[in-house]
Amino acid sequence: MAAGMEKRVTFKGIWLPLLLVAPQVVVTAVFFFYPAGQAIWQSLFIPDPFGLSSRFVGLGNFEFLLSNSYYRASFVTTAIFSILVTVVSMGVALWLAVLADRLIKGSGTYRTLLIWPYAVAPAVAGVLWMFMFNTRIGVVTWYLGKLGYDWNHVLNGTEAMGLVVVASAWGRISYNFLFFLAGLQAIPRSVIEAAAIDGAHFWTRFRTIVWPLLSPTTFFLLVVNIVYAFFETFGVIHTITAGGPQQSTTILVYKVYADGFVGQDLGSSAAQSVILLAVVSVLTVIQFRYIERRVHY
Amino acid sequence: MKYLSVSAMAIAATLSLAAPVAAQTEIQWWHAFTGRLGELLDAQVAAFNASQSDYVVVASHKGNYSEALNAGIAAFRAGEQPHILQVFEVGTATMMAASGAIKPVYEVMEEAGLPFDPKAFIESVTGYYTTPDGQMLSFPYNASTPVMYVNRDLLEGAGIDPDTDLSTWEAVGPVVDQLHAAGASCPFTTAWQSWVHLESFSAYHDLPFATRANGFEGFDTELVFNGPTQARHIAMLGQWAEDGKFIYAGRRNESGANFRAGECAIFTESSAGYAGVKAEADFAWDIRPLPYWEDVEGAPLNTIIGGASLWVMAGHDPEEYQGVAQFLNFLSSPEIQAEWHQNTGYLPVTPAAAELTAEQGFYEANPGTEIAGIQMSGKTPTENSKGLRLGSFDQIRTIIDEELEAVWAGDKDAQDALDSAVARGNELLRRFEAANR
Amino acid sequence: MSGMVERRGAAYWLTHVGLILGVAFVFFPIWLAFVASTVTQAEIVRPPMPLLPGRHLVENYREALVAGVNVPVARMMFNSMVMALGIALGKIAISLLSAFAIVYFRFPGRKVFFWLIFLTLMLPVEVRIVPTFEVIAGFGMLNSYSGLILPLIASATATFLFRQFFMTVPDELAEAARVDGAGPMRFFRDILVPMSRTNMAALFVILFIYGWNQYLWPLLITTDPRMNTIVMGIKQMFPSGDDLANWPVIMATSILAMLPPVAVVIFMQNLFIRGLVDSEK
Repeated sequence: MAAGMEKRVTFKGIWLPLLLVAPQVVVTAVFFFYPAGQAIWQSLFIPDPFGLSSRFVGLGNFEFLLSNSYYRASFVTTAIFSILVTVVSMGVALWLAVLADRLIKGSGTYRTLLIWPYAVAPAVAGVLWMFMFNTRIGVVTWYLGKLGYDWNHVLNGTEAMGLVVVASAWGRISYNFLFFLAGLQAIPRSVIEAAAIDGAHFWTRFRTIVWPLLSPTTFFLLVVNIVYAFFETFGVIHTITAGGPQQSTTILVYKVYADGFVGQDLGSSAAQSVILLAVVSVLTVIQFRYIERRVHY
Repeated sequence: MKYLSVSAMAIAATLSLAAPVAAQTEIQWWHAFTGRLGELLDAQVAAFNASQSDYVVVASHKGNYSEALNAGIAAFRAGEQPHILQVFEVGTATMMAASGAIKPVYEVMEEAGLPFDPKAFIESVTGYYTTPDGQMLSFPYNASTPVMYVNRDLLEGAGIDPDTDLSTWEAVGPVVDQLHAAGASCPFTTAWQSWVHLESFSAYHDLPFATRANGFEGFDTELVFNGPTQARHIAMLGQWAEDGKFIYAGRRNESGANFRAGECAIFTESSAGYAGVKAEADFAWDIRPLPYWEDVEGAPLNTIIGGASLWVMAGHDPEEYQGVAQFLNFLSSPEIQAEWHQNTGYLPVTPAAAELTAEQGFYEANPGTEIAGIQMSGKTPTENSKGLRLGSFDQIRTIIDEELEAVWAGDKDAQDALDSAVARGNELLRRFEAANR
Repeated sequence: MSGMVERRGAAYWLTHVGLILGVAFVFFPIWLAFVASTVTQAEIVRPPMPLLPGRHLVENYREALVAGVNVPVARMMFNSMVMALGIALGKIAISLLSAFAIVYFRFPGRKVFFWLIFLTLMLPVEVRIVPTFEVIAGFGMLNSYSGLILPLIASATATFLFRQFFMTVPDELAEAARVDGAGPMRFFRDILVPMSRTNMAALFVILFIYGWNQYLWPLLITTDPRMNTIVMGIKQMFPSGDDLANWPVIMATSILAMLPPVAVVIFMQNLFIRGLVDSEK
């Protein structure tokens, strides 16, 4: 790939290129760098909700957050949530991709069907799953009740976490499936056939040949899914549990919103944004180190 | 009376359709009412708009009380605030501390030449919203107080006399047990759990909810609602929840739907639940005073008001404030107040409206509707029962809700939950103090 | 692994069963939502609701589109369409231009621009919501399409992608254009852009879905229900007190919210998959 190398042939001129990058630069400066800088600046203040005054507190907001057991719990919640979403959605997707890969004909149809959740917004996925498990009228809740199990994710933290994990993982299956399928289809058939002729069973072949060859894809998906679980699942949480019960599904990005826009504690929210910024940067550096490129819109 | 108002509405509706659109000053009012209350509010607005042609009030529903308050705050930060914002009582401290964002109601009325006479209002209602020298900061639009609704049919069905004494918690307990034993699916439920069973509970039993006269005297107040009486009460409810005697449906008034559908027997809720119950319940029901613990000295005192008031936001033109003043004047007229009180169960804010209602024979025809008023003003309030003025209180209520839910789910015992709520709430009070010093 | 299965036999059928189970898991929530959008409120409110579609499809969808709960769903879909198209087309347009400039010109500050752009890859909008909100409010762009669109095209990931692609374009083409006396913009318009068509199309699908499915940002900056987008508007159709939710209309809205992205993905499937998989490698 020619990444990183310079073009030999270029056009002359200075004003034209400056004009061409201007839209990008202006939009990025005004709507990206300026707010990012503001977030860092604001984290040092406690403003009043109406924006009429603010009090400089230095690192006071950070001290408050890091000593707050609910904020620390939010880290743990986010970690558990991300890992569960990643494992569930990647596991199911891998299983489906392996199956689809075994077919000569028909994998295209399955692919078309399995692609749907990609187009469903996490917030809509949240509504769909919440509808099925609604404590008063949910179909699944009702049948569980018939089996003797009283489902109530409004009061039960474990059930709430389970529901948001499944709703988030559901939405992600397509994405992972497509990558796994592409990765599997890229493995040369000759290698597999040779192993089969030698008498290796499916699981042996999978373990010794397929899995190692799939590992770049797997690792890439691991990081991408974790970042997805960190941020894009806001819609799922907001529609199903609003971070409850008792903040057991309050992931970090949800807390930034809840404390800032609902609780009107903008100092705390800004400080949380800064911490989140640091966490994301670390994750992105890891990704670039090991995978080359990240596309995050 | 109702016949008159229906035809008045019809005339108003026709007039407003025919009214010219041009050159009317628009007054934006953001509120939190849906359902029956929303309809009644819209009718009031239509009546005002039809009664004059200089101003038109545009009422917008912005979500529940918390959402409406946050929408108002966000709009202020963006310079797009409405003229009037309905803010629930627990947002009072936040609004009062924002002196640059609000325009006190007494100022608005004075500048328009329509000054409010503090004596024309009921003190226990307006006291919540006035300055120490009695100047009204916000207009008490809908003030309610917690009462108890009883489904008489369900009680009878369980073999209990529907008129049985339910005036004390000591008396309610056995009735709930009986209902449960008879197989009732929802013997007891409540709305607004923090407001009814901690805030009003403390006031009713002359116990402090927070220091510094529940926050009236300063920002350096601290929460103290984790006392033994409150803990005992919450522990009882927690035990009921575990036994299936108390069915918890949500933090706000979600359980109203359950009661109105005839599922629940005993329901503690705002007096303003009256509007919905009257419209939808197809069973025999009545209203009782909120129960108290007989063995607590000083009980029953008075409960505190809930509901909301109308705050006028700063940053608009004098011409528009004229319109606001006229609208507030309209709302406080005895006829409008009496009609509102009778239809909704909210307390009348002027003695004139209360007298008008009594004159019309409303209390006789609808027994139980006078209970809210009596409960509020029957005794002289102490500093524990004038109300609450705590910053960030919406968030503190959320904390209390979370801790109570832990008790209902059996995860925590009552004392631990209350202690935790006090500790977490105090953190927020200190941050509020820091931001507003 | 491909085709390593006998045409008949247990393994073949098990494979299909497994895939069908997968499809069922994927479709069950969607199916249920669709059924709910075709029955009446009364049938839903007394569980269990039917599992086969009812006969009220037309009236429920009409009610949703024309009246909605707080705002007509047709209006919300329009807002979503404007936002999604604005983001997709806007982002493609400005990044094509900047990538072209960065790759094919030498101008002062070029390196700086490149690294600045690189930095923006790292931070999604969720990390800067409060100050971005204030910036938008300061410009008076709350409840506006530009407020919905601009912050979401601020990160320069598409620029980065096009830059990578342009780097693979043979130098001979640019050389030939120069020799012919064609100006840079001619080269851009007549050669580079047509060559980028596949990338642009794939990116369009991804960005359209990204824009359509935005939730947090529209939630924050729209306070007027008439500016709701369909994805964030669904939550607001739920009542905030003790009223009952209008389930058939809400579920109809959910189905409507899914349809445009699903249509885009399915009709441009091959392009989209290639773009997705290739661009991530």
